[in-house]
Amino acid sequence: MATLEIKDLHVEIDGKEILKGVNLTINTNEVHAIMGPNGTGKSTLASAIMGHPKYEVTQGEILLDGENVLEMEVDERGKAGLFLAMQYPSEIAGVTNADFLRSAINARREEGDEISLMKFIRELDKTMEFLEMPEEMSQRYLNEGFSGGEKKRNEILQLMMIKPTFGILDEIDSGLDIDALKVVSKGINEMRGEGFGCLMITHYQRLLNYITPDYVHVMMQGKVVKSGGKELAQKLETEGYEWIKAELGIEDATVTEEA
Amino acid sequence: MTVETKLALSAEEVRSFSQSNNEPAAFADFRVAALIKAAQLDLPKPDKTNITKWNFTEFPVHTVESSPFSSLEELPEDVKAIIDTEGQENLYIQRNNTPAFIKLSEELKAKGVIFTDIQTAVRDHAELVEKYFMTTAVKVDEHKLTAYHAALVNGGVFVYVPRNVIIEVPLQVVFLHDNAEASLFNHVLVVAEQSSAVTYVETYVSTVEEAKGQANIISEVIVQDNAQVTYGAVDVLAKGFTTYVNRRGHVGRDGKLDWALGLMNDSDTISDNTTYLMGDNSSADTKTVVVGRGSQKQNFTTLVRHWGKNSDGQILKHGVMKDAAQSIFNGIGQIEHGATKANAEQESRVLMLSEKARGDANPILLIDEDDVTAGHAASVGRVDPTQLYYLMSRGISKAEAERLVIHGFLAPVVTNLPIEGVKKQLTEVIERKVR
Ligand SMILES: Nc1ncnc2c1ncn2[C@@H]1O[C@H](COP(=O)(O)OP(=O)(O)OP(=O)(O)O)[C@@H](O)[C@H]1O
Ligand SMILES: [Mg+2]
Repeated sequence: MATLEIKDLHVEIDGKEILKGVNLTINTNEVHAIMGPNGTGKSTLASAIMGHPKYEVTQGEILLDGENVLEMEVDERGKAGLFLAMQYPSEIAGVTNADFLRSAINARREEGDEISLMKFIRELDKTMEFLEMPEEMSQRYLNEGFSGGEKKRNEILQLMMIKPTFGILDEIDSGLDIDALKVVSKGINEMRGEGFGCLMITHYQRLLNYITPDYVHVMMQGKVVKSGGKELAQKLETEGYEWIKAELGIEDATVTEEA
Repeated sequence: MTVETKLALSAEEVRSFSQSNNEPAAFADFRVAALIKAAQLDLPKPDKTNITKWNFTEFPVHTVESSPFSSLEELPEDVKAIIDTEGQENLYIQRNNTPAFIKLSEELKAKGVIFTDIQTAVRDHAELVEKYFMTTAVKVDEHKLTAYHAALVNGGVFVYVPRNVIIEVPLQVVFLHDNAEASLFNHVLVVAEQSSAVTYVETYVSTVEEAKGQANIISEVIVQDNAQVTYGAVDVLAKGFTTYVNRRGHVGRDGKLDWALGLMNDSDTISDNTTYLMGDNSSADTKTVVVGRGSQKQNFTTLVRHWGKNSDGQILKHGVMKDAAQSIFNGIGQIEHGATKANAEQESRVLMLSEKARGDANPILLIDEDDVTAGHAASVGRVDPTQLYYLMSRGISKAEAERLVIHGFLAPVVTNLPIEGVKKQLTEVIERKVR
């Protein structure tokens, strides 16, 4: 079992504090969902875990099996087993999806022990078929000209090929039609198990109907303000966030105003 | 008033060089007349680069003798790597100034295709050469360097594709530079007659560290009505040359000319790639990629000039600048009066890898007709940190992420080169230069 621990995390961007003490522990074999109104710090949390250079951690810790993640470069975090499916994946012209994926896989392997081309292609073909992606997409340039839904599917392709220990999925369901949502969920469910833990950021119960979470957390004002089981998400779906705000005496859930 | 420049050769020397090659008397006269002009004419004036102090005229010797290759086995490894020694049916290799190897398939010979070194062409195909050699695309008296070139031509290729002949396989040419004393006054003349098609790919390889001569290279590509030419080039000339390279196309009605140029010289270079879209519905697609390094100074001008109605010109230029290299990228779409419905598009992007490097993307539209469309995009910047973050988040190291982004940035030419070995070689050159 592996564990990702986030302790009292404070994060600033351009001198403005966005996260104000996040605490969260995720183990492999668990799926956590993070929900919350717009602008409450969900993507900031994901970016801070991955090490986006614009986000400055001013306090707190992130530990992966006890190892200090905050001391690692972005690529080291990736190699250590973290993976972030981004809300807005980059487009990279001239680099084919296949070449990129092979580089990512080989980055995790020793020099001289690179994955054989045959094995790679077999695995890629199989995974793309599983995700119902047309074969030609492996030769297209990375995310270039991909539709919103295709980009999300491509993030899941990477997740399945790279097989990280922890997947953080930032609004993987946004912009997906129902068929695509089913396929993407199928991919994530395929990953579920002993060797994989997952943190899903979402606004919708719709995703959680396909991927049942073990834990649901609500973020407001840059903190996790409530945690529960899958029934918490269902309650949010029908009742919205007002009851939590009332319960906690919060007027504005975003991080922009002083908390 | 222009000052007469003292040139490296006299008129007598030029004439005797011509005679020693058994050139027709008319060609000797042509050379001598050009030499006189070269002394009087000014240098070209590439926009934004002052070359008045560059030395384009001096060299140790005009021509060097090199041994030809009797078989492809004898080729140096650098050259072997870019040739499919078994599969390549149509191949010309020039070693410095010496035609060193040539083969043309029986099939193409039977169809009337000519593929030969320029010296042989001047002798054996005098009529065709006279008709096209610096008469249609490039003119002798444009400036000092065109005239100097005409006077001193000492290498190159002639390609002639008769009407309706479609050549499916690429013609490959390698210019090997392995003698530091050598100067390259190469002239490539490609004539594609009406409704013909040909793909031509040339590579310049220097195996010496430092050149002492001049490289003054001109290519003329005549694309007659409804013909199609794809012209690929990879230049990797050693530092020490003062390189002037002019690749020019002249395209007739319904004709199409595509350029894929990987300009990887280590020398100071003035590159002019101009396409004249003469006929209605003619089109040009010109792609150029460049890596500048060291203290290189370079100027890359791409011009597509439209006379034909409904003509289409696409310019793509991507340059990577490192160390203290300086480059100017001029992209010019020029539409003449009467070229209605013409379309001129261009994209110029420069990626800066160091503080000291300089790169200017200079997009220019010169339009003398109302009923046209045109557009340009230009940018100069560093590797996008968001892209690096994305790649690195997948475990890819920063160096490898940068490498991927840079290769991707230069891919438009690599992927358009139709010979696998040349593609691979360009990738390796890029690898070596950006490291
Ligand atoms: N580069 C930035 N500069 C200044 N403020 C920023 C920057 N990036 C994010 N923020 C602010 O941080 C706050 C949290 O943003 P974040 O993207 O984490 O929200 P989120 O919970 O993911 O919202 P959503 O549900 O809309 O995706 C917002 O108020 C946002 O405006
Ligand atoms: Mg967000």
